[in-house]
Amino acid sequence: MHIVVCIKQVPDSAQIRVHPVTNTIMRQGVPTIINPYDLFALEAALQLRDKFGGEVTVLTMGPPSAEDSLRRALTYGADRAVLLTDRFFAGADTLATTYALATAIRKISETFGAPDIVFTGKQTIDGDTAQVGPGIAKRLGLLQLTYVAKINEVDPAARTIEAERRSEGGVQVLKTKLPCLVTMLEATNEIRRGAMADALRAARAQIVTWSAKDAGVEDISKCGLKGSPTIVKRVFAPSARAEKAVFVDFANRPPAEALIEELFKRQPKLEAELVSSAHGF
Amino acid sequence: MSEPTKAPPAAAGRAATKKELPEHFKAYKHVWVFIEQERGQVHPVSWELMGAGRELADKLKVDLAAVVIGPPGEAVQHAAAESFCYGADLAYIVADEVLTDYRNEAYTKALTDTVNTFKPEILLLGATTLGRDLAGSVATTLLTGLTADCTALDVDADGSLAATRPTFGGSLLCTIYTLNYRPQMATVRPRVMPMPERIEKPATRIIEHKLGMVEEDIVTKVLSFIPDRDSAKSNLAYADIVVAGGLGLGSPENFQLVKGLAAVLGAEFGCSRPLVQKGWVTSDRQIGQTGKTIRPKLYIAAGISGAIQHRVGVEGADLIVAINTDKNAPIFDFAHVGIVTDAIRLLPALTEAFRARLSPHSRDRIAS
Repeated sequence: MHIVVCIKQVPDSAQIRVHPVTNTIMRQGVPTIINPYDLFALEAALQLRDKFGGEVTVLTMGPPSAEDSLRRALTYGADRAVLLTDRFFAGADTLATTYALATAIRKISETFGAPDIVFTGKQTIDGDTAQVGPGIAKRLGLLQLTYVAKINEVDPAARTIEAERRSEGGVQVLKTKLPCLVTMLEATNEIRRGAMADALRAARAQIVTWSAKDAGVEDISKCGLKGSPTIVKRVFAPSARAEKAVFVDFANRPPAEALIEELFKRQPKLEAELVSSAHGF
Repeated sequence: MSEPTKAPPAAAGRAATKKELPEHFKAYKHVWVFIEQERGQVHPVSWELMGAGRELADKLKVDLAAVVIGPPGEAVQHAAAESFCYGADLAYIVADEVLTDYRNEAYTKALTDTVNTFKPEILLLGATTLGRDLAGSVATTLLTGLTADCTALDVDADGSLAATRPTFGGSLLCTIYTLNYRPQMATVRPRVMPMPERIEKPATRIIEHKLGMVEEDIVTKVLSFIPDRDSAKSNLAYADIVVAGGLGLGSPENFQLVKGLAAVLGAEFGCSRPLVQKGWVTSDRQIGQTGKTIRPKLYIAAGISGAIQHRVGVEGADLIVAINTDKNAPIFDFAHVGIVTDAIRLLPALTEAFRARLSPHSRDRIAS
């Protein structure tokens, strides 16, 4: 079984700071990580490989420094890493990103064998769109299972997969055919601690590095900023509300009492509403 | 490499780009809202989007249309009729047995074909699991722009859709345009837009569109649907009162204090993003851009600093109360009432004080 896992190297958002004057992101010194959602996809892929044999190929598009995340993925046990990097890819929105990634997956298919499953995380923590998974599926003509909470069964002989997909108010149990694309939900597994052998292998591994041309991109105008139908026109910080918060003064009273008095003073109907809410009618 | 990495030019609107809208896109007119119905229920986000869509349609002086996709029968007809009460000028229906359960293949074809036939300029969907699954497939099929999780929608003087959303992990906002492609697609999360008033109106123009697909064409089969246990269901997005905690609580054990206050108030509890990342609280309880957006009558935030990505998820609340030890925390920029103290100490006292106030005894006092 050949499984491709698409990952993205993202800034550790917990440490992002915005320049107070210019409203630009201060990237200097911000560590990068594998998009946390992608680790659930990677672990799901590794589990299937361990069960059925085969290979896991991790793929990312990004600057040359994204190699760090690929090496990390190898330490977890991925078999092969492919870096898609080219200045033509810069500034891609989700549509242009899926064009590049789908092209690279076709190339992976030709070079290393056709994938049975392509995995992505449910979304990234920097873009948060959840659009790239479905976009890759559509471009490659793969069936898609998004927001997968659990893979119940894969039958490599019958070429089928059964999975539980999160939907509003419950889970759908779906059965579809391979090859397909799966986006994994968070907290569905826990990424393994890589074996020492994998760490050693990862340190020495040759990362397969492809430019747009190497990957077989035929139309460079479909890549990057040029290939993006969406255009970002303004980036700005939200304006502060005209009036700042009224601070509750509790010098002479217990703070809890002071706060409740302030709330009921501001919204006289609130007390009655709270009573009905607290008693469930 | 998502949208936000692009350098933003200064001016807004199509005037800022060299290209004119290609000729074949000029026929694209009117604003559409995808009405999400599953198992006979319309997701409220669809009506919220009708409110936003109505404003856009009025500014553009075009029609607002609802698009309802599902099985033949009462539920879909009712959803279409109901859309007129939320501002639709017309409704499109694609009804077929194969559309009984949501499946990407069939729904993508239904919506894509309808767009290609009737050519809307703007298409809005709810950013639910269904809406995001569908929107990504439809936008890629149509090769058009899709802006996810918008927090504000507007049209420019030249009629372009200006879709604003948080970016860089929610630390800034950006406004995104799809200038040279149609339709301009956007998703909006539940509760981001206010629920419009329902006004009784007759269903006038309903246009039925055939799917042209049979069960044999669809590879994916739905084996079953397992509803969530009631105990596991959180009504966070639509709750009237919400109590939430953040890193200021210091430890996962202290999160119980948030749950305790929520229980006394009959409220839902939630948390900020770091608590989910630390594994203290499950992700269905996360409030903010990447979690739930809420619009309660009362929101109490304990030990939450108030990053932009949290702010956009709670700004619709009628009354925001912030408890934080740092009087310079950004949460006090958008809270209505603030108290500078340690939430770990205040929460138990607040819980007891509310319990005393809201006891059946005091209820009699209010009634009298």
